[in-house]
Amino acid sequence: MTAHASADVSVTLTVNGRDVTRTRPAHVSLLRWLREAGFVDARLGCGEGVCGACTVLVDGAAVGSCLVLAVQVDGSEVRTAVGLSEDDGSVGALQRAFLHHGAVQCGFCTSGMLMAATELVERGEPLDRERVTAALEGNLCRCTGYDGIVEAILAVSGSGAPPA
Amino acid sequence: MSRDEVRTSNAGELRVVNRPIGRHDAVEKLLGHTRYAADLDLPGMVHARLVRSQIPSGRLLVRDVSDAVKVPGVTAVLLGEDVPNNEVWVDVPGQTTEVRALKASMQILATDRVRFHGEPIALILAETEDALADAEEAVRVEYEELPVVADPAEALAEGAPLVHEQGNLLAEWTIDRGDVDAAIAEADVVVEGEYRTQLIDHAYLEPEAGVAWLDENGVIVIRAATQVIEHFRDVAKILGVPASRIRVIAPYVGGGFGGKEDMTVEPYLALAVHRLGRPAKMVWTRQESLLARAKRHPVTMRYRTAARADGTLLGHDVDITSDSGAYAYLSALVLLYSAVHAGGPYRVPNMRLRSRTVFTNNPPTSAMRGFGGMQVVFGYESQMDRLARELSIDPGEIRKRNAIARGDELPVGQRIETSVLLAETIDAVTERAGPKPAPSRSGLAVGRGIASNLQSYGRLVWLKDSASAWIGFETDGSLQVRIGVPDIGGGQASSLVQIASEVLGAPLDRVALHFGDSALTPLAGTTTATRQLYMSGNAVLTAAAQLRDRMAAEVAEETGQPAASLDFVDGMVKGPDQSLSLADAVAVCIRRAAPVATLATFYGPRGSEVDRRLESGRVFPDFTFGTHLADVEVDLATGQTRILRYVASHDVGRAINPQSVEGQIRGAVAMGVGQALMEEVVVDRGVNLVGGFFQYLIPTSADLPPIECVVLESGEGMGPFGARGIGEPPIGPCAAALASAIEDAVGARPTTLPITPERVLACIDEAAKA
Repeated sequence: MTAHASADVSVTLTVNGRDVTRTRPAHVSLLRWLREAGFVDARLGCGEGVCGACTVLVDGAAVGSCLVLAVQVDGSEVRTAVGLSEDDGSVGALQRAFLHHGAVQCGFCTSGMLMAATELVERGEPLDRERVTAALEGNLCRCTGYDGIVEAILAVSGSGAPPA
Repeated sequence: MSRDEVRTSNAGELRVVNRPIGRHDAVEKLLGHTRYAADLDLPGMVHARLVRSQIPSGRLLVRDVSDAVKVPGVTAVLLGEDVPNNEVWVDVPGQTTEVRALKASMQILATDRVRFHGEPIALILAETEDALADAEEAVRVEYEELPVVADPAEALAEGAPLVHEQGNLLAEWTIDRGDVDAAIAEADVVVEGEYRTQLIDHAYLEPEAGVAWLDENGVIVIRAATQVIEHFRDVAKILGVPASRIRVIAPYVGGGFGGKEDMTVEPYLALAVHRLGRPAKMVWTRQESLLARAKRHPVTMRYRTAARADGTLLGHDVDITSDSGAYAYLSALVLLYSAVHAGGPYRVPNMRLRSRTVFTNNPPTSAMRGFGGMQVVFGYESQMDRLARELSIDPGEIRKRNAIARGDELPVGQRIETSVLLAETIDAVTERAGPKPAPSRSGLAVGRGIASNLQSYGRLVWLKDSASAWIGFETDGSLQVRIGVPDIGGGQASSLVQIASEVLGAPLDRVALHFGDSALTPLAGTTTATRQLYMSGNAVLTAAAQLRDRMAAEVAEETGQPAASLDFVDGMVKGPDQSLSLADAVAVCIRRAAPVATLATFYGPRGSEVDRRLESGRVFPDFTFGTHLADVEVDLATGQTRILRYVASHDVGRAINPQSVEGQIRGAVAMGVGQALMEEVVVDRGVNLVGGFFQYLIPTSADLPPIECVVLESGEGMGPFGARGIGEPPIGPCAAALASAIEDAVGARPTTLPITPERVLACIDEAAKA
């Protein structure tokens, strides 16, 4: 028996500015779809929408990609951490701030954390520590204690101390 | 303004080391380029998944895979009988025949008996991920349920069911120093307490994962998330092949904390490749990781502590019991750490300690950050607070009066050989915190607590530790470092780059580090026991210094300048009269038939094997000391605790990368806060009730205050440039500092972790009755 099989479905997404079409079973999550397409910077940490390591932007909104089926977002624009770098391949502003503030240790949460932070920063609202920590509640980090991450986001949003 | 301070003594003329440098691995991680263990797929690979026991204790009556192998896409389903050497023996050192469970073993795949919920029984190999799930449901396992031993008290009771035939007592350690009964008799005050810590999961973000394949030389290569590439030897024993035929590669690991110290996916991946000759991939689900990977020991401690009226400690009478769970793993050694650290960072002239670790049908327990040395902080620091209150002495003052110093001995007989800045850390956190804040509204109570600790760095001296490193120049003057460290996120690799750059003058962006490969990089030992910077840092420093001295001698002769006048810096060998680029210096050496590469090994201190009765003196290379201060606000109606302020100070000897040091301290505090207030793997008569991260809450950004670090640098550690280890030490004081703060707020002390709102309310009731 193949209780876990489902019909194949063609899904087209614009991932980091590039159109990608893949035909996969309908039950394949957006996270699995992306990872199978080579976008492995979206990480599988829990598979139940708690840890946030799989966070990507779908049409600008931060989404736990393990909880969404690829077919549900067919035709959407998806951004992952790889898409945050500059055109020459160097780190973008948010990534640079993470680097300078020691916001990365093992790095497994980093991609998802960057995308949650990108959504927050791109809203353009004034930020303070409470707003940042509230916005990051869905993104777990076990290494850093979050301080470097919070400081980096405040710095890049113009609300914190300049990069060290 | 930075919230963190680094107070340095005698940093000398360091140019690369001792600076807060953004780590090279962080750049790749930020760009999304890092390929973790689960990020590799190979053509023709099979997917692997374990079928695990649904019950905590039973005999296996039926293991029927006949339906499972017929599931479309299933390649094979393996049982214990398919494993060449299915029985893995665990060394339980230092024990005598008085302890019956001397010989401990476990099976790779259980054949006749399961002892914990989640124990592996069968290995499914399939062409697709989806087929794994179908096959898992099709494997038929029938059990005869056996009695469950649910905790150590049950395990030690007369007539208890045996988890293992040899007995439920796995290991014991004792310390007898001085005469604790006389100390108690002559004491002005004796305080007593019982303290309990809970079962904790590492909860790193990266679940256990790996890919393995057979290479063109007939070697099975396992690329897995691990802290220990030396497990290639264990895998070889399981397969019955020469150790040289197994190679383990550790890519950047998404968090370890001890949870990837024992093998996880490795034997199963190797078995699949051995059996099929095809690549195989195994990724554990979060649920599997929470269910079945070895966790932190729950510990019950009883302390009786004697002191003089001026607060001088006279002695401790200590009894410790830890729950080893169903299998031995590293439980005997974790308990040894508890015993050796049980007196804390104080002079304890008299101690009687009895300790034991016991088999139960609970999830196995093994290494986790702090490794037995952290649980006892909750015990001894609670006792220090009780003494302080009883004697009306300031908690910081009583600790300073008893602080151990260079030349003093720990109760186990080990003499402290380096300076101890314990009092300085107490002053540092107290000064930094300033006056205790007032409650923000009525119905809230504010409390302050401090706690100090010591934690060893480096492995037990009888394990005869060593680390090797290879360093070589390329002809363009760029530098390669090869060293077998696994990097689990603490900056293990980048600190070594800094050290090599410091000594040999190659700019950081011209140094490449190749790490974590048991076949191609010199073995440097495990990324455990807070040993990598100490051991591998010293190995890199030794190799770099040897290479510099040799090259300086050649350049000196070639240029007619004294070797001692040459400075390797900024990509140059600079002399008083003539300077060369590193590339030119390399050319000089090649022309003169002198080496431009070297291999060096650093040896840790040696000691005789520890006996069950701990009296052998030196156990560890050295220790790291520190103090934490917490201010909390407790809601007296709900029992909710909010941390207002958290300050941590440790003497790190020398901060090789201050950014990494602060990262270790802050991360350890976050993890310690989780253990203190939130986390517990809940087990009901052997059944693990945690079904996912949604039921295992770790601190989020909203649960933590900014964590303030005051980093002290005595320059006296045994690591490179006087560094001490800092990976594990900062988790120690957290629970005790928070318990102390809560007691200060509500008037009674929590003695069981985690300190949930219910337990805080119980303390409030207890204080009201008193």
